[in-house]
Amino acid sequence: MSADQSRAMSAWSDLQVGDKIPLLQLPPLTRLTLALYCGASGDHNPIHVDTDFAKSAGMPDVFAHGMLSMAWLSRVLTNWVPQSAIRSFGVRFAALTQVGESITCAGVVTEKFEQDGEHRVRLSLTTTNEHGDIKLAGNAVMALN
Amino acid sequence: MIDRKYIGHALPSHSALVELGRLQFFAKAIGQTDPIYTDLASARAAGHPSLPVPPTFLFCLEMASPDPSHMRNLLGIDQKRLLHGEEDFTYHRMAYAGDTLTFEPRIDDIYDKKNGALDFVIRTTRVTNQRGEHVADLRAVIVQRNPV
Repeated sequence: MSADQSRAMSAWSDLQVGDKIPLLQLPPLTRLTLALYCGASGDHNPIHVDTDFAKSAGMPDVFAHGMLSMAWLSRVLTNWVPQSAIRSFGVRFAALTQVGESITCAGVVTEKFEQDGEHRVRLSLTTTNEHGDIKLAGNAVMALN
Repeated sequence: MIDRKYIGHALPSHSALVELGRLQFFAKAIGQTDPIYTDLASARAAGHPSLPVPPTFLFCLEMASPDPSHMRNLLGIDQKRLLHGEEDFTYHRMAYAGDTLTFEPRIDDIYDKKNGALDFVIRTTRVTNQRGEHVADLRAVIVQRNPV
């Protein structure tokens, strides 16, 4: 489904609590992705790219930036509706995302309400690995037509 | 334990130009496939004046201060014991490549849990554009794991 097609499905009146928005499934996380995100994000914390440093900090290996996972989750939102519809977006970093894990980003409608003259929905969001372990948990409020 | 005297402390503000090439690089790094985030013609066709700043990129520009380790050094936080606990964005308007965004961070709260095993710092940052318009507010929960 293209982004435009899925965006067309987002009419507020048609949505119900419990509706799932289209998933985003990522390929297994590579060290290259961590290196690219390090450079592109400007987050040069060596714990995400330098195995020697990660081990000196007591970690078995490098691991994903929390904000990389949050950026993946943001793609679920903007694949569904235009970015200008996002009123708020927050996450809790529940567990580390490791190299090799295949992450799924998901969202479900938990509330429909009206605020500031807008029709809004609240979504509950997660990223999970292939075993269903939750890595990020959060929510977003979106304004819909 | 992190000194509570820094609760309410304003951290140095900074401004950052949103560079188009940087947004394209960021889109590649996060596997973005929607062309409005990489292709100017697609962005304009969707009604945008330039490439949009994607939802979480404001955090990256927030980090692009002249001294990114300022708060860590001020509070005496050890990078090896640092965790990012939570991040929240409240959006007021879109930002685009070519905008200059100003970030005004402050320390909203400092507290500990589990008898001092975990220190928490809450940082909130107001973001405005070159016209003085309110773009967004960021809220970070930063955690330091302490030896017990």
